[in-house]
Amino acid sequence: MNKMIKYALFLGCNIPARVQQYETSARSVFAELGVDIKDIKEFNCCGYPLRNSDFKTFVLFSARNLALAEKLGLNMITLCKCCYGSLKMAEHHMRENSFLKDEVNETLAKEGLEYNGNLEIKHFLSALYSDIGINTLKEKITRNFKNLKIAAHYGCHALRPSNIMQFDNPVSPVIFDRLVELTGAKSIDWSLKLECCGAPVLGINDDLSMNLTEKKLTNGKRSGADYLCTACPWCHLQFDSVQKMMIDQQRLNNHLPAILFPQLLGLAMGIDKQTLGITMNQIINFTALSVVDV
Amino acid sequence: MLFTVLLYTSLFVFLLGLIYKVSTWFSRKIGIASKNFTTSERISAAAKGILGVIFSPKILILAKVFILDVVLQRKILKEDFLRWIMHMLIFTGFMMLLLMHAFDSFITTSLFEEYYSTVNPFLFLRDFFGIMALAGLMIAVYRRFILKVPRLKTSPMDYYVIIILAVIMISGILLEGIKITSYTEFQNMVENYSGLDDEGEILALEKLWVKDFGLVSPNVKGPIDPAIIPLSKELHNMHCAECHSSAEWAIMGYPAAKLLKPIALKLDRLGGVNAFWYIHFLACFIGLAYLPFSKMFHFIASPVSLLANAVMDKDKSLSANIATRQAMELDACTHCGTCSLTCSVAVAFDKTGNLNILPSEKLVFLKTYASGKDLKENEIKAIQEGIYLCTNCDRCTVVCPVGINLRELWFNVREDLIQKGNPIPLVLSPFSFYRGLNQQKLDSKNYSNPASLTKDAITDKCELMKNPDEVISLTPINKEFKEKADLSCQATTYSYCFSCQNCSTVCPVVSNYENPQEALGLLPHQIMRSVGLGLKDLAFGSKMLWDCVTCYQCQEHCPQGVKVTDILYELKNLAIKESFNNE
Repeated sequence: MNKMIKYALFLGCNIPARVQQYETSARSVFAELGVDIKDIKEFNCCGYPLRNSDFKTFVLFSARNLALAEKLGLNMITLCKCCYGSLKMAEHHMRENSFLKDEVNETLAKEGLEYNGNLEIKHFLSALYSDIGINTLKEKITRNFKNLKIAAHYGCHALRPSNIMQFDNPVSPVIFDRLVELTGAKSIDWSLKLECCGAPVLGINDDLSMNLTEKKLTNGKRSGADYLCTACPWCHLQFDSVQKMMIDQQRLNNHLPAILFPQLLGLAMGIDKQTLGITMNQIINFTALSVVDV
Repeated sequence: MLFTVLLYTSLFVFLLGLIYKVSTWFSRKIGIASKNFTTSERISAAAKGILGVIFSPKILILAKVFILDVVLQRKILKEDFLRWIMHMLIFTGFMMLLLMHAFDSFITTSLFEEYYSTVNPFLFLRDFFGIMALAGLMIAVYRRFILKVPRLKTSPMDYYVIIILAVIMISGILLEGIKITSYTEFQNMVENYSGLDDEGEILALEKLWVKDFGLVSPNVKGPIDPAIIPLSKELHNMHCAECHSSAEWAIMGYPAAKLLKPIALKLDRLGGVNAFWYIHFLACFIGLAYLPFSKMFHFIASPVSLLANAVMDKDKSLSANIATRQAMELDACTHCGTCSLTCSVAVAFDKTGNLNILPSEKLVFLKTYASGKDLKENEIKAIQEGIYLCTNCDRCTVVCPVGINLRELWFNVREDLIQKGNPIPLVLSPFSFYRGLNQQKLDSKNYSNPASLTKDAITDKCELMKNPDEVISLTPINKEFKEKADLSCQATTYSYCFSCQNCSTVCPVVSNYENPQEALGLLPHQIMRSVGLGLKDLAFGSKMLWDCVTCYQCQEHCPQGVKVTDILYELKNLAIKESFNNE
């Protein structure tokens, strides 16, 4: 890496409150890679939960965050795929619809902000893959997983609609698999790889939500995975906490633990388990995570 | 006599208020957590909890929190330096005045044998503490009315406190100023303490006091002959100096005296000293009596909240104690607005104007709600939206300077407020995720009521959905509805749909059911066609809308470029708007 890469880190709402291990592990990975991270205290919710009820307020939420990062001349990096999807979606709508953009900017002007669209929005995975690059990552990897099979869960809102998200090929994406395989783990093929985790309807239709989760977990398990790998707090909570709840309710017999990608990558970089918050996950299979020095 | 009666009355009201307020901590029921406990159970649980902490190593945590958070206000300092200065000035100024000046006959005299309010350092300190408190109050006024800190709302409660404190301070300064100028006071002092009866000597002393001590006398006019000064000084040193430091040390009162000089004689004749004495004391008494019922009560409740939250844990502490703590926390809130400043969704307030979205204002609501006030229908709707439009990001809990565990408070109160049997549109959104995640803590019997009730309320208005046998009339086309469905500039793509059913085939929700039509109503491709045909009832009335996981598989796989998911989003927006008149 020649020049210092710098991002405004957008954590969203779930991570600081419920998936702190995602933040600590991602930050430790950033530190290891020498990525410069700027925290913006004034960030608000991305607006995702408002999309069902109030489109314009959703766009305003996203636009305010984008304007805050833009003011500092920074690109934005998100750890959450729904934040990523919302920010990209809002960016798209404001680019397509100048009336909408003007209306949003009128509200933003009250606190001295303006959104002009002069910044890039990145998801953690795409930043690692494209900005930092596989080669740089390889240099930092000191350990390999001995015999770990990973079911990479892509997450809907980063992948689709692909014309707006520009994350990866929507039908046969590769980014996540390549990143996983850097650690020596095998990224398995599984038929439900690109399907929904179930989180968006948890609390609205729990039966449906848990059915979708169960299908994915069973499919991953049957395809030989030891772990399901996530890069989104919603998906992670669904595969971790909700899976735990399903086990408690005896809805699920066979469990498949979930690990966040920076935790997986961090272990391969030799970052300690404590920093990566491995034990903060609800379901853990330590044996599957054993590593050998490269 | 009147003074004593008023003092004891206000003290009595204060104590009664204190007992009443603390008793409400044990009697008020907030949310779902306190339903099962009686007041006596809560009192005994509290006693048990407090004793358990005092006789355990946790006492060290209490000591630490007391010093850092209660006395030094670490949490406020972290958030906002100006506010920290403001609070420190008001708190220190008033506490010191209370201890040194108001309770001088009990505290100061017993500590310092040589105490006179008119000698230094006491003379100076009284005014110095007064300046501190007044400066703090000025910062408070500046923040609220000039700087207009974003989302800092000022309620009547905030006005009352600022007004009472300001009246106490200003009347105190003016009282001191008038006393300095007062000829009547001078005469009384000379008569009672000096033992002088020679009129010439008294006049000589008077001249010095006019010259150096701010006295305004009817007998001394024009320039003073310097020849008399040595005699004046001698008399002063003999009779006055022991109890009087130079009046200039009254750094607030002396300038006030100078300011009042032109009208001092008139004021003195009209009994100004008495008048301001009454104003000052009445304000103090009113402040004292009103204290337990005002936001000033936070000076007791906030430290209790900080200390309780430092040692309590929702999994380990007795549930009865958590119920009590939550009732107490409502009194601990100082309405400082820090939570609203950091709130992740506060922008929604800027857009919708629903005050209840702001955490600080939800607390204002909860205070009245907890006291048993009945709610009007529109109030219920507003608070339901406010309490549900929350991502549970915990930022309010992290920053609260008085340590209120807002996370648990919201969770507890939210459940109570959304189980009122009316539809709540936001329940059908990812805001419900947190509730779903914590469903094991909720009553499983009523758990799904709010969502199903809201879905039904929307479907109920869709006649065609209820009567599947009815013949659909396709003319005239509901143009108004079709035109409305164009919020996101791509929604009109529904017209490209040729019903290939790709969307419904790839939909994970559809494939979750053996008989999807029975479970979901219309499937995605049918909804697209319904919009195309202007059939509002069919487009709005399907459960499919609310069960859509927004995974965008349909949209991605549409060969015609119909923005299926975005159209479903749009229909949800419209259905909510039209069903609940949120225009």
